[in-house]
Amino acid sequence: METSTALFLTMLIPTVAMAGNMAFKDRENLRDGFTFICALLTFACVLCILCAVGNGTMEEIALFEVVSGLTIAFHVEPLGLMFAIIGSGLWILTHLYGIGYMRGNNEDHHARFFACFSIAIAAVMGIAFASNMFTLFVFYEILTLSTYPLVAHKGTKDAIIGARIYLGILIGTSIALLLTGVIWTFVAAGTLDFVQGGILEGKIAPSLVPILLALYAFGIGKAALMPFHRWLPAAMVAPTPVSALLHAVAVVKAGVFSILKVGIYIFGIDFLAQTGASEWLMWLAAYSIIAASVVAMTKDNLKARLAYSTVSQLSYITLGMALATSMGALGGGMHIAMHAMGKITLFMCAGSIYVAYHKTEISQMQGLGRIMPITFIAFLVGALSIIGLPPLGGSWPKFLLMVGAADAGHQIIIAVLMLSSLLNVAYLLPIVGRGFYRPVTDSKLPKGVAEAPLLCWLPPAITAFGCLILFLYAGAIQDFLAPIVGL
Amino acid sequence: MEQLIDWAFIVGHVNYWLFIVLMMTGLYVVVARGNLVKKIVGLNIFQVSVFMLYISIGKITGGTAPIFPVDLTGHIEPDPSIVYSNPLPHVLILTAIVVGIATTSLGLALIVRIREAYDTIEEEDILKIEREMTAEDNKEYGAAMGGRA
Amino acid sequence: MAAEETHHVAKTFMDHLPVLQVVIPLFAAPIIVFIGKRSLAWPIAFAASAAAFVISCILLIQVLDGGFISYHVGGWAPPLGIEYRIDAANALVLALISGIGTVVLPYAYESVKAEIPKKNHTLFYACFMLCFTGLLGMVATGDAFNVFVFLEISSLSTYVLVAQGANHNKRALTAAYDYLIMGTIGATFFIIGLAMLYMATGTLNMADLADRIADEGTNRTIRAAFAFIVVGMGLKVAIYPLHHWLPNAYTFAPSAVSVFLAATATKAAIYVLLRFMFSVFNPSFVFEEWTLYIVFIPFSLLAMFAASFVAVFQTNIKRMLAYSSIAQIGYMLLGIAMLNATGLSATLVHLVNHGVTKAALFMGVGAMMLYSGSAFFNNLNGLGRKMPLTGAAMVASGLSLIGVPGTAGFISKWVLVQAAFENGWWIIAIAIMLSSLLAVIYVWRMFEVLYLTAPDPQSTAKEAPLAMLVPMWVLAIACIWFGFDTELTLGSARVAADGLLAGSAGMAH
Repeated sequence: METSTALFLTMLIPTVAMAGNMAFKDRENLRDGFTFICALLTFACVLCILCAVGNGTMEEIALFEVVSGLTIAFHVEPLGLMFAIIGSGLWILTHLYGIGYMRGNNEDHHARFFACFSIAIAAVMGIAFASNMFTLFVFYEILTLSTYPLVAHKGTKDAIIGARIYLGILIGTSIALLLTGVIWTFVAAGTLDFVQGGILEGKIAPSLVPILLALYAFGIGKAALMPFHRWLPAAMVAPTPVSALLHAVAVVKAGVFSILKVGIYIFGIDFLAQTGASEWLMWLAAYSIIAASVVAMTKDNLKARLAYSTVSQLSYITLGMALATSMGALGGGMHIAMHAMGKITLFMCAGSIYVAYHKTEISQMQGLGRIMPITFIAFLVGALSIIGLPPLGGSWPKFLLMVGAADAGHQIIIAVLMLSSLLNVAYLLPIVGRGFYRPVTDSKLPKGVAEAPLLCWLPPAITAFGCLILFLYAGAIQDFLAPIVGL
Repeated sequence: MEQLIDWAFIVGHVNYWLFIVLMMTGLYVVVARGNLVKKIVGLNIFQVSVFMLYISIGKITGGTAPIFPVDLTGHIEPDPSIVYSNPLPHVLILTAIVVGIATTSLGLALIVRIREAYDTIEEEDILKIEREMTAEDNKEYGAAMGGRA
Repeated sequence: MAAEETHHVAKTFMDHLPVLQVVIPLFAAPIIVFIGKRSLAWPIAFAASAAAFVISCILLIQVLDGGFISYHVGGWAPPLGIEYRIDAANALVLALISGIGTVVLPYAYESVKAEIPKKNHTLFYACFMLCFTGLLGMVATGDAFNVFVFLEISSLSTYVLVAQGANHNKRALTAAYDYLIMGTIGATFFIIGLAMLYMATGTLNMADLADRIADEGTNRTIRAAFAFIVVGMGLKVAIYPLHHWLPNAYTFAPSAVSVFLAATATKAAIYVLLRFMFSVFNPSFVFEEWTLYIVFIPFSLLAMFAASFVAVFQTNIKRMLAYSSIAQIGYMLLGIAMLNATGLSATLVHLVNHGVTKAALFMGVGAMMLYSGSAFFNNLNGLGRKMPLTGAAMVASGLSLIGVPGTAGFISKWVLVQAAFENGWWIIAIAIMLSSLLAVIYVWRMFEVLYLTAPDPQSTAKEAPLAMLVPMWVLAIACIWFGFDTELTLGSARVAADGLLAGSAGMAH
């Protein structure tokens, strides 16, 4: 298969899956089976691209020109390819999990749910392979719009208000700030292509660079940089597979991915380092890391705690870009993969607990670990990976980020990263501890082991195992990503 | 000594003064009167003032008619003592008069319908009725939307 | 300029196209009345508007290379005779008007049946044709007084059309009356301006006017003429403080009329304003630049924020869309005020994009009103789910109104902000973006009502009839199409903007 065909197929197949969901609205098994096959095929296409291109860069494929100078165009480069692999690979698992969750939980409107889900994946593929900022922006907005119905899925008052905050912040920041930044870049540089080393050097006064960077950093609201992080906890009203998708695979990763892309290919790491324009962003990200962790500790609702944990972890990636060193950027890129694997595990576990026993608050989960051992062990593994302990994947990006911070000469940042790990321990591990060591208080819970449905516990078990595997292959990922920073 | 008031200028432009006075009168009536028919009357005065403006600028001292005999050399000798009327503004204003009549009749027709529907042609009364209608709409809306409105 | 395209004596049928597209609907109106049969009224009207649309497309293709077509009515050469002059700017607007007219008529067939008493149908279509003629005429003509004549033809018939909503809500009558008073004042201001221009130059042909103004420079008469013309047309355009007639007229007019007016009436007026500001008067005159900076920019910013803000709090969806139109007019004026080619093309492209978008939205609301009986939000609860195709069309066009990428509205916004950056007006650029956030709020309110509220259990709503769905979807698809393929819209707008900025065409060309 031609690589370009495979590239288009990665966007086309999820769209077909959407159409399939609409067409087979009332035939559950056919519909879900069809989507599952589509998910497998999408993953296969991404792997095809991986085999053909490796970590090289493929020529740009321009689809069509919208306005002169603005094209919808795609290309393959390592960072995007990695993002696509994560997105399509985790789609398979989230889909399986989604089937288990939606059926086990008796939610309505399955067809609409999976249709929107598929479109979101198509948008993720578009973002991953976009070869210029304009294309990225178009798919970024499609992603926002397609996930809105997912957040509002339950249709209750809370869901509608949560969805309003979600949409308000994401659309608001993207139109008011990001679009302004994009157009400014276009007027200044005359192009929006992602070019190794950036396109802005010499095109814009150094004093204005921090302002433009701010437009991007805050405009990409999906990266949940404080103070535009409120949408993430608000979107927690959504069903858990959506939270898993939003927080681990699609939305937030699209956000930080865009931040990395902008830092590396629009500004250029060297240009940022020269002008020192990203220093303020580094401090803000550091603040975001600590502050969100502290807030997470105060939350009793499990999903809310995980949401603030995500806010904190995303800032690692922003921090990686803002350090403006190649090690930092590399660490940021790798953290996309590692955090995705860890966080999706945590969310799917949270969903399993909800499906099986309708527990949402951490204080209610006394002794639940003994009833759902697999779920809680998977949770433990995911949590350790997020904390960054070897032998789990999450340890490597933290190491790289620290090296990056040392390169940039910011010892305080190293301290911040360490402190953050401690905070992670403080808000994640007690959940597991409570599950295993406290006695069961709720008399309605069964005695002995009684897990959630198979489709609910199997996917998190797989991703937890994935965290382990990633530790062993971190070197491969690092080599794979090396070209993006010119190493 | 320079004249404080240039009488020649004022008298010489009497047609413009008349135009301005009529125009302002008409506009004032449209704005200030509450009776819908009177508004239309004001609008009419306003339009007529413009007709006067057009006709008065059609008079050109020392001009000639657009169709005129030319001698063999192509030279024209305008006679300064004759005041010609430029036909173009007259023609234009014929059109404008027709438009004015159409506007007036349409306005009056609308007033007839308004009177049938509202039972009054006083602006204030109509506004009162409409305010009540709006309040009712909003009340219904508020009740239907419950806490969300 | 392409001199070979300028023909002074029309020889073939093709040479008569500029006047034919105005004359065909003009004659269709009395024919409809004289035949007097209800069953024939619609086909005649549709045939006439379709013919006008085809002609305007041919004309647009002919002038896209930057040239123009000059047609002499009755063979009398300008400046004495009346000239119709088609260039890229008005060909684009002509295509928009005739296109919308042609799309609206199939829609009107069902909507008129539901909203207007039977005995008025024939006259309704006749009036519609007159309005259509007026709008096409004022855009096509190159003679300043002719603009006034067509302006009044379109306005008078519009008043009648708006008043037809009285069957539904009696406030349509007062809306029409208010519109009549304001419209007439505007038109009269316009001819006062023309009288002053005529005093100063002795001509009424636009190109000739431009030449003479350029020769003589400015004097107080010309400046006064400019002021009168801008204010007069401003009333028709509904520039922010002069917009009072618009919300009621759009709200209470019959659905088909709202669709047509929202998409075309103000747009034609904006075109005339552009034509006078750039082709007749010279934009480089200090007084005009000054007007742009101290009048247009503040008022358009006010429109963008205040009108959008008011729109957010409306309880009637048609009224909300009307206020949104006022806000969008602000964007168009802002584009003019930028005084650069990009800004002007933003104005022109937004004129087309917004026309299409707003028409599709009003069509959706009109279709829902068939079952809900009113356009109040609480009567539309959950209708998006009961009428999935109508709802989807409204979502597509609503997104275009916000300016989401991949829709027509996004292209306009992009070009407008680009123009602001080209001038270095980054505060204005940010203001444009912030004001479009208000659009997100009011459009999303509409979506929530349509999809996230429970439908009235007694509602008999079902999918709209095909004759309404097809036009609606044609426009909704156009909203998306023009978001990706801008060759036609932005391409023509660029040519037109260059033509306008090159200044007065003048007689010499």
